[in-house]
Amino acid sequence: MKHQSTRSPAEPQSSPLALLGYLLIGTYLGVIFVQSEVVSWFRIQEMFRFQSFHMYGIIGSAVVVAALSVQVIKRLGMESATGEPLQLNPKEWGDSRVPGARYWIGGTLFGVGWALLGACPGPIFALLGSGITVMAAALLSALAGTWAYSVLRPHLPH
Amino acid sequence: MLESLSGPWPWYVAGPLIGLVVPFLLLLGGKVFGISSNLRHMCAAAPTPESWKPAFLNYEWKRAGIWNLTFVLGIFLGGFLAVQLIGMPDAGSHISEATRADLQALGVQEFSGLLPADLFSWGSLLSPVGLVLIVGGGFLVGFGARYAGGCTSGHAISGIADLQLPSLVAVIGFFAGGLLVTFGLLPLLLG
Repeated sequence: MKHQSTRSPAEPQSSPLALLGYLLIGTYLGVIFVQSEVVSWFRIQEMFRFQSFHMYGIIGSAVVVAALSVQVIKRLGMESATGEPLQLNPKEWGDSRVPGARYWIGGTLFGVGWALLGACPGPIFALLGSGITVMAAALLSALAGTWAYSVLRPHLPH
Repeated sequence: MLESLSGPWPWYVAGPLIGLVVPFLLLLGGKVFGISSNLRHMCAAAPTPESWKPAFLNYEWKRAGIWNLTFVLGIFLGGFLAVQLIGMPDAGSHISEATRADLQALGVQEFSGLLPADLFSWGSLLSPVGLVLIVGGGFLVGFGARYAGGCTSGHAISGIADLQLPSLVAVIGFFAGGLLVTFGLLPLLLG
């Protein structure tokens, strides 16, 4: 069974300079997450109630910019600064009798959690940084959820 | 210090800036934007006996995930700097009148900052409502993201930007679950 989250063991270790780059890109993203309020439980409620364009505009324009960038990178045959090949791992449909079971079942469970907590994984870390310490309890719960999935994984349809 | 940058940053500024993270990560090291994998890396890194770990958590997390853990440490720092240098955004007073009215009808009273303080605090953590929102919500975010093979960044942004049909199915699931909570569970829980 193939999973996009399983990287090949041949993947090279990142250099300290590259790690500094990832740290800076993350910092950039954390600032935008907070100042655009996408980390806000209020904004997530506004989105699920279809009462503002704000979240849809952010996700939609992010997708458009990301898609255009990926097309440019592919067409120009660009390489990464560290020489690694540029490819997005295709998502697998899975081998269950129910095609795509992991996407709609897992996706729905994730959506329930997203609406309750008002934060997905990235915002959990940004909120912690912004000083909302109770998010540490949410992070521990999310780790418990990931661990529970890891245990149940052989028994779940994918 | 940089109060003039205080928000809310409009969608047409924030969205494209977030979208640029995808080419930034690809061009720096061929990495695909996806945050929830870090939860798996953190579990794999937990200092427990190897025999306690299910097969899914037995892998070389340092090699596979150190870049992503560094990236997410950056997100944490970014959250810190955003508040220290620019200020805590007052999302509760920026949301639409309709949302505010709906939430007030559900009994939410605090409308300042990023989260309603009456629901999200250490004090509320031990109440049934706080337990469901924070612990239950967190658990399902972690469980569902790994089951679905990605979260908002990996599926809704990276996956859809690459026209991956499985990601579209996952995002439809995200919304189905979110609507179920907003219109089904929250009124029961808060009402």
